[in-house]
Amino acid sequence: MNVRPSSGNGQGAAVVVIGGGVTGLSAAWWLARGGVDVLVIDKGIVGWEASGRNGGGAAHSFSPLFAEEQRLWPLMDEMLGYPTEYRPKRIRVALTEAQLDYYCRVADLATSQGFRWEKLDRKQLKELAALVTDEAVGGVLLHFGGQANPQRTVQAFAWALQDLGGRIQQHTTVTEMRRKGGKVTEIVTDRGTFGCDHVVIAAGPQTGLLAQMIGIDLPLAFARLEQIVTEPVPLMKMGWVDGNGLYGRQTLRGNLAFGGGPHDWIEIDGMRAPFASSTFVMRHLAKRVAQLFPYAAQARVIRSWAGLVEVTPDGRPVIDRLSDPDNVVLATMASVGFGLCPATGHAIQQLVVDGKCTFADLSGFNLERLRNVAPGWREKRGWLPPVSAA
Amino acid sequence: MCRGPIDQASAIGKAPVPEQHVPLIVIGAGTAGVAAAITAAKGGVQTLLIDENPLGPDVIGLDVPLHFGQRANAAIQNKDRMVERIVANNPGLMEAFEAGIDVALGTYVFGAFINGETVHSMPVPMLGLADGTRSWMVSFDRLIVATGARDLAIAFEGWEKPGVMGARGWHSLVRQYNAFSGRRLLILGSGVTGLGVAQDALRAGHEIAGIVEVEAAPVGPADLVAQIQDRSVPIYAAHAVRQATGRAEVEGAVLVALDVNGAPIEGSDTTVACDTIIYALGAVPNIELLNVLGCHLEFRGAAGGYVPVVDAEGATSLAGIYAVGDCTGLQDPQSAAAQGEASAGAVVRSLAGDAKPVPHAASPAASGMSLYEYWQRWSRAEIAASGWDVHVCQCEEVTRAEIADLRPPRYLGARPAEMSGHNLRKLGAESPVNQDQVKRLTRAGMGPCQGRRCREQVHMLLSAVTGTPVETIPLATYRAPVRPLPLQVLAAFEELAAVRDNWVAWFNIPSQWTPHWEIDYAALETVTRKTGIADK
Repeated sequence: MNVRPSSGNGQGAAVVVIGGGVTGLSAAWWLARGGVDVLVIDKGIVGWEASGRNGGGAAHSFSPLFAEEQRLWPLMDEMLGYPTEYRPKRIRVALTEAQLDYYCRVADLATSQGFRWEKLDRKQLKELAALVTDEAVGGVLLHFGGQANPQRTVQAFAWALQDLGGRIQQHTTVTEMRRKGGKVTEIVTDRGTFGCDHVVIAAGPQTGLLAQMIGIDLPLAFARLEQIVTEPVPLMKMGWVDGNGLYGRQTLRGNLAFGGGPHDWIEIDGMRAPFASSTFVMRHLAKRVAQLFPYAAQARVIRSWAGLVEVTPDGRPVIDRLSDPDNVVLATMASVGFGLCPATGHAIQQLVVDGKCTFADLSGFNLERLRNVAPGWREKRGWLPPVSAA
Repeated sequence: MCRGPIDQASAIGKAPVPEQHVPLIVIGAGTAGVAAAITAAKGGVQTLLIDENPLGPDVIGLDVPLHFGQRANAAIQNKDRMVERIVANNPGLMEAFEAGIDVALGTYVFGAFINGETVHSMPVPMLGLADGTRSWMVSFDRLIVATGARDLAIAFEGWEKPGVMGARGWHSLVRQYNAFSGRRLLILGSGVTGLGVAQDALRAGHEIAGIVEVEAAPVGPADLVAQIQDRSVPIYAAHAVRQATGRAEVEGAVLVALDVNGAPIEGSDTTVACDTIIYALGAVPNIELLNVLGCHLEFRGAAGGYVPVVDAEGATSLAGIYAVGDCTGLQDPQSAAAQGEASAGAVVRSLAGDAKPVPHAASPAASGMSLYEYWQRWSRAEIAASGWDVHVCQCEEVTRAEIADLRPPRYLGARPAEMSGHNLRKLGAESPVNQDQVKRLTRAGMGPCQGRRCREQVHMLLSAVTGTPVETIPLATYRAPVRPLPLQVLAAFEELAAVRDNWVAWFNIPSQWTPHWEIDYAALETVTRKTGIADK
């Protein structure tokens, strides 16, 4: 791969990554590790949106990227050189026998992939997670998975990328992608034009709009979700402890940070990030956190936040090297991107450099499967905001 | 109305049922809020006036919403007695009662919930309210926010000791609660606020150890300065606080003289005995709710930072939402009542269907000599006098140096040496400085006081370190709940069956979690309609 000079100012790169979220940053970092000249373009601040605000979990046993996710997370602090706050393992707390049964079935998905888990009785559960309710019937302890701090992780990727000579261009909005032959050769932005040999589009909710610029249809729906955070409470032995319809964790600082519950389907208005506020759902989250951790029920809720995610019709990622133009990799993680990010970036790097991923079968993540999604699919499912009565 | 079916896992149709609907809610029973409520009531509008006083002792202990500095005495534990005092000490409340206004005291507003770009599930605008035991919702047609202001704080060594507080916290404890426990005050700031504290303190029989001012001469009106000096109150002009001394609480302050460049003069340290140190540098508008709602805000140095953009009647950028008084950056108590009356007038007219547009007069927020520039001089002086190793964020114990180095929090045990390449200055050179980004990296502003004691001083620090003008650094956002409330208080409400029965941890797309080796893409449409596997 050679650096192709850009049209105006010589600021192009062998690979331009559009989108400085955790997927784009990881891809760029993997590319830079391999000696590739890479430039990340983001419309705002890197890692700013859902990438830096999410549950922070990393245990996706249903995904073809699972094995690589598990292999990489324990190495990330060392590889990046900056702390991600990664901590291994996960506990899922069951308040009913039905939940326990469900958690066991899900945990078992990892068994066939060579990972270990165990059922916990109430006493074992309380030993590892003292704040959990006495009403719990038990839980499962996953000897895989783990959690990290999303904001710290995206910044670690960004800094590690810069340390390898990769460049990050923030507050820059892509307006056009110019093609020559079967390739995208120039990325036009509001702050100059950047030449490129390859392009990675990994721009979260805006990925579909960017795909449209090169004539590719990527069906996406968009939603707003929220989480609450309490003041620090005494540390449990395990950090990632959830259940009761919640996802989340106790941070190393001691805060309880949990999300879940109803989402709002929204529309995306161009490249601009809309104002995302929290809603009445925060009280329901507080209720469920208090039910799960009655020993922390006096802890004060000090913050909430909302984030925007995109989902595909089947809720599964698209990670695909397109055939026309043939130098573009399209990536949306369909709302489950954070935990998988070390593996996703590695896969994208291989797709860019070698055209195929050697460590995982990504055939289920191709765009082709969504080709027959009928127009109006969002409306049919109720995945659109309601039309105002006014 | 909805296109097609409703996604049962979404928030549509799940908003809580409000306990009460009122055409107008006024938040804050200060001068502007009371004037607004009375005017609206006289105009025939049913009005609910909400005030959080008397505050719970736990909230006072967190320095929320004002910097109380642990100087409240045990009287605040007795809520009934405090209600009596709050009413007795606020003539406006009595007037409001007499005007037939429904007044809710001791009631926190923790959030405001309206539809917007990413929220479509609110059938009507609502406020989230709470007291010490439970939370509930009320709906409204119009909202007047009159949430007042708090005091700017700037760190020096020992500022976390009990006894360091804000002028408004002091006023509240002295005037509203009669529950102030200090005796001998050192006042920081010689402007109208500081001189006002001095006058009130003298009247109340407190001792004044002195007034400290980083400027070469007192900055308040000359006649007020003369009156204070006549009472033999020492004014330490061209001085800054090096540290607050004392073991368990404040017992004194070490002051240092500043040269013409604002630099500390070697060997000029003076120790002043006092049990209370009061920040009286000026008012920071309480814009939490306005920010949460998404009102358009702008930076106005003379108004004390970010303030809502309002017209002459207090109308914000959001329909039906008004802001009046100190929270708009008024900095002038004389016009607060008039502003409250004007906005209530607008509310009365609009509820009567008289939507006649009023001339969009200029915002009444303060202008002229920038208060923020004065604060920046204080900030520079305190950095010079007390150094880089004092905690600016008390809750998360983050120092100035740690912010400048973007050092990860200490509990991570990270190796700062490796971070040295990526510091605040470099971050600022690469892209516009953003306080939220710095907050997430360093945790400065992420504690239980919700950034009330450090937001502005971190803002000024970011400006000083990166050379970025303060007005270009975006506000570190406020988030609901805008009062730190226990899980069990927010949780104390009856959950709707619609929410409980359709709760999912993450959407409801079964194929999202189906193992990749089992996915049958041909049967996709069928798979996504099944709901068995969702995590309820």
